[in-house]
Amino acid sequence: MEPATFARALGRAGGWSIEDYLAAGGYRAARKALLEMTPAAVLDEVKKASLRGRGGAGFPAGLKWGFVPPGTDRPKYLCVNADEGEPGTFKDRYILGHDPHLLIEGVLIAAYAVGLHRAYVYIRGEYEMIARRLEAAAAEAYERQFLGPDVLGTGFALDLWVHRGAGSYICGEETALLESLEGKRGHPRLKPPFPAAVGLFGAPTVINNVETLANVPGIVLRGAAWFLGLGLPADGGTRLFGVSGPVLRPGVYELPVGTSLREIIFTHAGGMLPGRKLKAVIPGGLSAPILRAEEIDLAMSCEALVCAGSMLGSGGIIVIDDRTSMLEVLLRAARFYAHESCGQCTPCRLGTNWIRKIVERLAAGGGRPGDIEELARLASGIKGRTLCPMGDAAAMPVLAIVEKFTSELEEASCRS
Amino acid sequence: MSGVFADGLRSRIEALAARYPRKSAALLPALHLVQAEKGFIGPEDEEALAGLLETTPVAVREVVTFYTMFRRRPVGRHLIQVCTNVTCALMGGDRILDHLRRKLGIEVGETTPDGRFTLTTVECLGTCEAAPGLMIDFDHHGGLTETRIDEILERLD
Repeated sequence: MEPATFARALGRAGGWSIEDYLAAGGYRAARKALLEMTPAAVLDEVKKASLRGRGGAGFPAGLKWGFVPPGTDRPKYLCVNADEGEPGTFKDRYILGHDPHLLIEGVLIAAYAVGLHRAYVYIRGEYEMIARRLEAAAAEAYERQFLGPDVLGTGFALDLWVHRGAGSYICGEETALLESLEGKRGHPRLKPPFPAAVGLFGAPTVINNVETLANVPGIVLRGAAWFLGLGLPADGGTRLFGVSGPVLRPGVYELPVGTSLREIIFTHAGGMLPGRKLKAVIPGGLSAPILRAEEIDLAMSCEALVCAGSMLGSGGIIVIDDRTSMLEVLLRAARFYAHESCGQCTPCRLGTNWIRKIVERLAAGGGRPGDIEELARLASGIKGRTLCPMGDAAAMPVLAIVEKFTSELEEASCRS
Repeated sequence: MSGVFADGLRSRIEALAARYPRKSAALLPALHLVQAEKGFIGPEDEEALAGLLETTPVAVREVVTFYTMFRRRPVGRHLIQVCTNVTCALMGGDRILDHLRRKLGIEVGETTPDGRFTLTTVECLGTCEAAPGLMIDFDHHGGLTETRIDEILERLD
C-alpha cells in the first residue's frame, strides 16, 4: 500500500497551482463537507479518525475542535501553526511550498466544522518565499470561490490571511503564537483559559499544525475507517518523517504511523553514509529525548515513544553518527535553548543560560568535578516549572544526554 | 510623522492593518515591509508605526528587539546567515562558517568594508535535509561545500 496524502507535497505528482490540484480531484472533500455534510458530521468523522496533532504535542485534533463553544455570536478564529521552528523539522515546508491547496482545503473544512470565518496562517519569517507561494495559492482559492464571502455558493464565508513571524522559536508554542499574531512579543500565556475558550483577540480559537490540517481532506473524502487503517487505532494515518544527518538519503518520508524507527533510517533514508556508524537518534525534533543506537526498534507513534522515554514530537529525526561528540550535540542544544528562552519564567531564563555556560566551559576543556551532576540538577529545576512547554523542551534533551552518555561527557570535558 | 513612510509603503501598511480586528496586530508584517524598504528599523520608524497602528513606541521597540529578524542597524547589501544548529553542525556547518570568515575577512556580526556582505549565525532554518545550510537574504542554500559557496557569492552583486 502506497500512502499518498502527500504525493504532491513530496514532488511525486503535479505542480502547486489550483489547476493541477483540481485536475487531481482537489477540493472534492471540501465540496462533500460543505454541500453534503453537517458541521457536526464532519467533526464526528475527524474525531473517529484519531487524527493526532502533527506539530509536537500530539493532541487529538477532533477533540480540540470540539472544545470550541458552538454557535456563539462572538468571532472565532483558526490559526494554522506554520512556524516549524523545532530544530530537525522541515516537513511542513513541503506542504506549504508544493501543495498549498491541500492545506487551504483542510482549513476550509476545519472552519466549516467549527463554524468560524477567519483563519490566519502563522508562518515562520525565514520561509518568506514559501509565504508568497501560499499567498498566491490563497488568491487562486478566492478567485474560484473556495475562500471569500460565499464559498461554493453556500453562503459560508471564510477569509484566510498569511502572517509572517520574525525569527523566534517560542512562537511555535500555541499561546506565544497568539501573542505574536496580536503584534506582541512571543510570551506564552498562562493556561487555563485554553485557546479554545479565550484565544486570539480574546475569542475562541483553534490552533492546528499544517500537516494536521492537510490530513483533513483525506479523512472527509475517504472516511475515518480508511485513515485509521493506515495507522494505529489510537493514532491514525500516515506521518511525514523528516530524516536529517549523515544518512544516504536525507529527506521527508510519508509512512504509516507506527513504522519502525530502524526501518525509516535504514530502509527509507538508505542507512548511514559509508564509513559511519549509528550512535544515537533524536526521534522527534531536538526537544525529544535522545535514543541510543540500540533503542531504535520502536514503532513511531505518540504512545510508543512516550513508553521509550522520548516523544514523537514533530517527526523530525536527527541521526547522529560515531564521529560526533555528544558534548558537541549538547553544546548546540544548550546554546539554542538559551537563545530562544523568551525570558518570562525565571527557571527557564536563568536555567538555560546556566546550562549553556557550563556546557561551553566543558567544551573548552575546563570541566570540573560535579559539572555533569550540576547540569542534571539545573535541567530538573526547569522541567515542570514554567508557564509553557519550552521549559521541558529545554530540559529533556539535556537530561537524556547526561543520563545516557555520562562517561563520554566526563571524558570529553576533561580533555583540554 | 506622516513623512517617515513614502505613500506607497504607508498604504500597504494600512491595507495590512485592515486584516485584523485590532490594527496593532499588523505590527510584525508591517515591520517586515519597513525593513524590506529601508534596510533596518530606526526610532523614527518605530514612532511612525506606533501612530499608524494605534499602539505605543515602546510596544513597537519591545517587538523589534524580541524577534531576531528585525534589525535596528543597517547591514551589508547581502545578509549571510549560517545555521549552527545540531544537524548542520553534524554535517560540517563549522567548516562552512570558517570558510566564509576567511573568504570575506570578517568575523560573525561584521560587514565587509565594501558594504557587500554581513555575516551572522542563525538557529535552525528548517532545511535540515540539505545540511549544512545557510540563508542569503531570503534564499535558502543547502548541500554546501567551499566551492559551492564561492559560486553562490560570485553570482551576487
